[in-house]
Amino acid sequence: MTNDLHVQVRKESSYAVISTDGYINNVGGEKVGEIALGLVDEGYRDLILNLEKSNVVNSIGVSILIELVERIQDVDGRLYFCNLTKVIAKTFTIMGLAGVAGIVATEAEAVAALAAPQGA
Amino acid sequence: MANDPPDAGTSKEINLTIPMLPNMEITATQTAEAVARFMEFEPDQIDAVKIALIEACINAFEYSNSSEGQVYIKFIMNPEDLVVIIRDHGQGFDPERPAALPKKHRGKGLTIMRGLMDHVEIASGPGGTTITMSKARASR
Repeated sequence: MTNDLHVQVRKESSYAVISTDGYINNVGGEKVGEIALGLVDEGYRDLILNLEKSNVVNSIGVSILIELVERIQDVDGRLYFCNLTKVIAKTFTIMGLAGVAGIVATEAEAVAALAAPQGA
Repeated sequence: MANDPPDAGTSKEINLTIPMLPNMEITATQTAEAVARFMEFEPDQIDAVKIALIEACINAFEYSNSSEGQVYIKFIMNPEDLVVIIRDHGQGFDPERPAALPKKHRGKGLTIMRGLMDHVEIASGPGGTTITMSKARASR
């Protein structure tokens, strides 16, 4: 694992998927945030953050992700996290991220959750 | 056999010193991963040790104000558990009343360490901070 976070974006018709590979620290969190907010500016309100290839995070990176969730919710958007390791899921719970964002097991589950009407 | 994990009654130690520079905590996690794999920890246990260690390191990086800028890490491989000791020679802090942080959602490092490890002990004073944490081989 390198220190750099690599990010890939896949745009679908009604949502976009951001896939990370590497360490989500302050720099990584900000990188994800910039990309996600750029997608919001393009008109994507529904986002999926796939962390399948990230197995380490730190509390600064998670705090940036929480702020990102809040900013997306401010524009009536939705962000689902998927493919978290058990330990990252626990870290998200401890940090309070699990309480403000959707966390599901797989990308398919995230897509299904986004297909449901908001507030359902 | 030379590659077997420590037998009952034996402990082995590894000492690592890292500078307080960006991302040097990852160097520490690479050693932690090698040690935990050698001890035949499960993947989730290894991830827990790595993330707890990251939090201990960045706690020292960000808040110790250490003039020498070093973090000293000791891994103790016991038959029953892995003990990780993280020490800095900074200004110390009150673990029961950590400093108020200017940014939202911050200041959860100690809670994360306590949530991921089996045992966490913090000793802090004017001479610096020592965090001692352990993970049993077959817990959580």
